[in-house]
Amino acid sequence: MLDDTDRRLLRHLQADPAQSVADLARASGVAASKAYKRLERLEAAGVLKGQRAVIDWRALGYAVEVSLRVSLDKTEPRAFDEFIAVAREVPEVSEIQTFLGRVDVRLTVLARDMRHYQEIYRSRILTLPHIVDVEALMHVTTIKDVEALPL
Amino acid sequence: MIDLDETDRAILRALQQDATLTAAKLGRQSGISQSVAWRRVKRLTEAGVIKGRRLDLDKEVLGFGVTVFLGVKLAAKGRASLEDFERAVTAIPEVQTVQHVLGRYDYRLRVVARDLSDFERVLRRRIMTLPGAGEVEANVVLSEERRPGPLG
Repeated sequence: MLDDTDRRLLRHLQADPAQSVADLARASGVAASKAYKRLERLEAAGVLKGQRAVIDWRALGYAVEVSLRVSLDKTEPRAFDEFIAVAREVPEVSEIQTFLGRVDVRLTVLARDMRHYQEIYRSRILTLPHIVDVEALMHVTTIKDVEALPL
Repeated sequence: MIDLDETDRAILRALQQDATLTAAKLGRQSGISQSVAWRRVKRLTEAGVIKGRRLDLDKEVLGFGVTVFLGVKLAAKGRASLEDFERAVTAIPEVQTVQHVLGRYDYRLRVVARDLSDFERVLRRRIMTLPGAGEVEANVVLSEERRPGPLG
């Protein structure tokens, strides 16, 4: 369904989603009208679902980011659903992933400082249902964060 | 650090869903004028709160059926430098995210691959051969959701 032109457009658009269609067309070496049509088609086909703003939580005073790796009680059939439903209610939780592997669920938790984190951890995380084990990875620095696909 | 009011939060929540919203639409959604919305977005961008945009692509349709989170522990800490590891891991196109972390692992990676056998190729040829790479733990993503975060 996708040809080289589509891939080239998406590759350049991934690098700078805010650029104009004219700039994108120039960078990709296609006519602006063609680029416009292709993007419309990619949107219609659901390949290009949209653009999201990325927020710098540090700029908002959230200096602490922790990756919590959770094991759930698998003897409880509703463990995943119930855990996730309650985790969604915690505003400091910014990401939820479920896995096939040693870890069942992962949460990204944002906090202003360690004291705030401790508070969230005790009152909102440890109280989540069906937890068997929690392991924390404390974020130090981000070395790469592109989330671009190698198209 | 910048203080947010309820209007700023509403704007940020809306832009997290759709970064292409015009000031006119943002204003209508948040009950403010177009010019106020425009000024608010400008202020949030200049303060670095909005640090950019990200394309939301359908990975599966584009042929990337597998996302894996890796925990990587460095083997002999003295021998290979962190810089060597970081430079090499950053250069792998399938590696989307690299975070230096404290805990059971030293690095957290997010890796995309076409399928599990493609992932195995990336793991064996590119990850395990990284300078200093020791223990690696892989967890295959089954589902993922992004939440608005503490903007409530």
